[in-house]
Amino acid sequence: MAARRISGVMSRSLCLHHLPSSIVSQGKRFNLGRELQRFSTVAALDEPITPPVRVNYTQLLINGKFVDSASGKTFPTLDPRTGEVIANLAEGDAEDINRAVSAARSAFDEGPWPKMTAYERSRVLLRFADLVDKHNDDLAALEAWDSGKPYQQAAKIEIPSVARLFRYYAGWADKIHGLTVPADGPYHVQTLHEPIGVAGQIIPWNFPLIMFAWKVGPALATGNTIVLKSAEQTPLTALYAAKLLHEAGLPPGVLNIVSGYGPTAGAALASHMNVDKIAFTGSTDTGKIVQELAAKSNLKPVTLELGGKSPFIVCEDANIGRAVELAHAALFFNQGQCCAAGSRTFVHERVYDEFLEKAKARAQRRTVGDPFQKGIEQGPQIDSDQFEKILRYIKSGIESNATLECGGDKIGSKGYYIQPTVFSNVKDDMPIAQDEIFGPVQTIFKFKELDEVIKRANMTRYGLAAGVFTKNINTANTLTRALRAGTVWVNCFDVFDAAIPFGGYKMSGVGREKGIYSLHNYLQVKAVVTSLKNPAWL
Amino acid sequence: MAARRMSSLFSSSHASTLLRSIGNYSGRGTSITRLSTAAALEELITPPVKIEHTKLLINGQFVDAASGKTFPTLDPRTGQLIANVAEGDLEDVNRAVAAARKAFDEGPWPRMTAYERSKILLRFADLVEKHADEIAALEVWDNGKPYDQAATDEIPLFVRLFRYYAGWADKIHGLTIQADGPHHVQTLHEPIGVAGQIIPWNFPLLMYAWKVGPALACGNTIVLKTAEQTPLSALYVSKLFHEAGLPPGVLNIVSGYGPSAGAALASHMDVDKLAFTGSTSTGKIVLGLAAKSNLKPVTLELGGKSPFIVCEDANVDEAVDLAHAALFFNQGQCCCAGSRTFVHERVYDEFVEKAKARALNRVVGDPFKKGVEQGPQVDSEQFDKILKYIKSGVDSGATLETGGQRFGSNGYYIQPTVFSNVQDDMLIAKDEIFGPVQSILKFKDINEVIRRSNATPFGLAAGVFTQNLDTANTLTRALKAGTVWVNCFDVFDAAIPFGGYKMSGHGREKGIYSLNNYLQVKAVVTHLKNPAWL
Repeated sequence: MAARRISGVMSRSLCLHHLPSSIVSQGKRFNLGRELQRFSTVAALDEPITPPVRVNYTQLLINGKFVDSASGKTFPTLDPRTGEVIANLAEGDAEDINRAVSAARSAFDEGPWPKMTAYERSRVLLRFADLVDKHNDDLAALEAWDSGKPYQQAAKIEIPSVARLFRYYAGWADKIHGLTVPADGPYHVQTLHEPIGVAGQIIPWNFPLIMFAWKVGPALATGNTIVLKSAEQTPLTALYAAKLLHEAGLPPGVLNIVSGYGPTAGAALASHMNVDKIAFTGSTDTGKIVQELAAKSNLKPVTLELGGKSPFIVCEDANIGRAVELAHAALFFNQGQCCAAGSRTFVHERVYDEFLEKAKARAQRRTVGDPFQKGIEQGPQIDSDQFEKILRYIKSGIESNATLECGGDKIGSKGYYIQPTVFSNVKDDMPIAQDEIFGPVQTIFKFKELDEVIKRANMTRYGLAAGVFTKNINTANTLTRALRAGTVWVNCFDVFDAAIPFGGYKMSGVGREKGIYSLHNYLQVKAVVTSLKNPAWL
Repeated sequence: MAARRMSSLFSSSHASTLLRSIGNYSGRGTSITRLSTAAALEELITPPVKIEHTKLLINGQFVDAASGKTFPTLDPRTGQLIANVAEGDLEDVNRAVAAARKAFDEGPWPRMTAYERSKILLRFADLVEKHADEIAALEVWDNGKPYDQAATDEIPLFVRLFRYYAGWADKIHGLTIQADGPHHVQTLHEPIGVAGQIIPWNFPLLMYAWKVGPALACGNTIVLKTAEQTPLSALYVSKLFHEAGLPPGVLNIVSGYGPSAGAALASHMDVDKLAFTGSTSTGKIVLGLAAKSNLKPVTLELGGKSPFIVCEDANVDEAVDLAHAALFFNQGQCCCAGSRTFVHERVYDEFVEKAKARALNRVVGDPFKKGVEQGPQVDSEQFDKILKYIKSGVDSGATLETGGQRFGSNGYYIQPTVFSNVQDDMLIAKDEIFGPVQSILKFKDINEVIRRSNATPFGLAAGVFTQNLDTANTLTRALKAGTVWVNCFDVFDAAIPFGGYKMSGHGREKGIYSLNNYLQVKAVVTHLKNPAWL
């Protein structure tokens, strides 16, 4: 369902024709039952499928050229199916960030990008979107290889969504309107919405290219230049896509890609005195460091899109079959590695037992295996750190007396596969109810009243998203206003259209990405006040 | 300069090259112009395009008129037949509206995602770009405008407009609204339904883009009537639109005349919105028909008599070039033509002398010939009307500085004509001439020129030429016009709204403002039970 809804951002024909067939075929596979699933999983794990793509770009991309890092160092990016090396990449650090910022600075201050017409900029973005369509399968294969997500999810949903996002932002490029403003005296007042300058952007590993699109799209549409640091787990697709952007006509220096680690390259970017804005997506802990580095250096404005512990609320009037499916997708989509994951499933006591039984059955039917195998719903977790952290949380759930309904263990002996795991009887004070697990672990809670679930749903340091499942209009409206979250999905989840803003309340972040709201992150507002002599009107 | 400004929409390198070559050409002086013109008129250049589509386009099919009738579309260079075109009237408008109605009420167009609609508009823009040369040739053949102008400025601008509107398709935002009590309030911006659109002959394709672009971006369906003088290019590009994926019935093209097809469209009870560009007198009829039938909302973009004000601090050479282009561009057939050139008395004599020299240098000839700045007027009616106004100018005592006659003996060419010493009460100072006739008026102070500029039933546009900031700002606010160009003219970016004060029209086209013409606003108010906040 999450997959289906995300695809709402793509072409309807794609959504109606291609996707359902893949969903239908997946559905058939689920019905074959657990034994066969295990069987196919084991087979897949024994012999990883060779990804149908070659790794062409491993250097840093600075000023339109692929270059080695200043230090000459490299780091390995690993295949989550095996933990083995896919490729060694140039490892950027402070010196490379300096080079990249200086290229972006000069492209902004002297280059053609902010000086060409918005129409020209929009055409570069449109041509890039066409190239993404053309290279869809290569990009999807790289993305699946590097991150472990199902290839079909990348090929049918994520890469088309990247093209869609860039077409969306191409449309904004020539629609950045300032205002003329009324004045209290004989003045002509107008606001110019100017590009902010050099944007630093740090993206995570869970949706590498979609996060690239959320960051790069609005920054380029508004005429900025960029230094982007990709996640060390998933550096490959950003380099490939950035190469395509240059083919589409992006001038050198406008988009610079530095692969590398947070404490070195990331910190250098966040601290840089010549970076005018920073946008970060990642964990709340790292977000705090980024904000602090920005404050300590040049007070650059910061957009943060951080963690979540989003409630998914199933009311007593819900169609249980649909609620189970939606709640399942809300948590397990992308191996549970979604900042917006519906990771606290609140179920009304009258339907709790039925829901639980079906949620467990659904999790047991989930097909886990090599992400390049057709029909696979869940691949490996991203890396050993995440893998071990998730297993620790599962252990903590058991120790704190939540009921382990299914799963709870790793799969196989190679790579980072984890069984779809469901806990029931989860209490609000358990660590699995409070912390972001970022894995395939569903925690199910019981509630009695609307006011109670509002209170409990809001009792978290996070506020990224919420799901509401009800047929009652008053319940829907009451929850919609009362939930302290940046997105409320009513009878749906993970609807990520380009135009819908996304971001967090509280410690889930600062600011909004996507939609018209995202443009403000990359614009300065200049008020221009001109004295008037004998104005005809005021 | 008008060409230069219009071309700021696309790559600037391209535009400036073209202009330089035109500039060089016109710099050679009158004798060569005369010579080359005569040659051009004798040997008619064959347009590099074939006429493929002459039928009505209804429900995705090219069909004959119900009556079987046709009408001729003529070559303004000769007055001879280009092609016979199916002549739509009431019955055909009924068929087209029924197709559009069904496409709106039951078809996929308003139901597909905005992204899908935007992709169709983008594909259409790509297709037009691919066929740009043929489309430009059709436009020139039917209308008489210079080929370079169509190929280098107008078709790229057409493409640009559709890319612009493609971008709007998925950015139609309603509002959520605060309520005085426990209510959740939101507005839905819905397509208005079947749009009737009537476009003129002076910029057939650009007017098509101004109308069709926003209507489709907002999810409407359309019945469009072209001008009887220039039916060809709309049929050609609409065919491409269907190739780009537009579903049948969404865009229907009816060629024909105003009193039959146009009136049927304006009066139709099943048309939800009407947009018209043309003369003020026809606009009044259209508005009356809409009122008498189903009160459909009407957008009107009508005539003008726009002032072009040259202040005393002006660089006279630049002002002369700009004022020349503001009037003579497109054979003077622009609703926003700078047709009252107000010049400050201190620079008046110098200005008149140079304006006259510039008009004398204007290259008139076969519009398919490279370097030609001015082709024939669109038809004999316009041609005769313009010559009558020239006579009226002479009769009323204005000084004819240059021109004043037809050009050659074939087709509808008119000499670039300049009048000085024009007084406000002369007909040539009051009426829209819509031809290559510049009227130069003298003024003394700024309050006077404001008053005189505004003393007109029109209010479409104005040009201001000054280096003084206060003068620019004072004029900008005081002029009653829908567009004020300061030290520029005819800047027609897709994003800049265009429309008139007073009898120059209702509403605005282009830019974000144009979307409202094609949207209904639905306020949705939902009662809230125990809201967390209001």
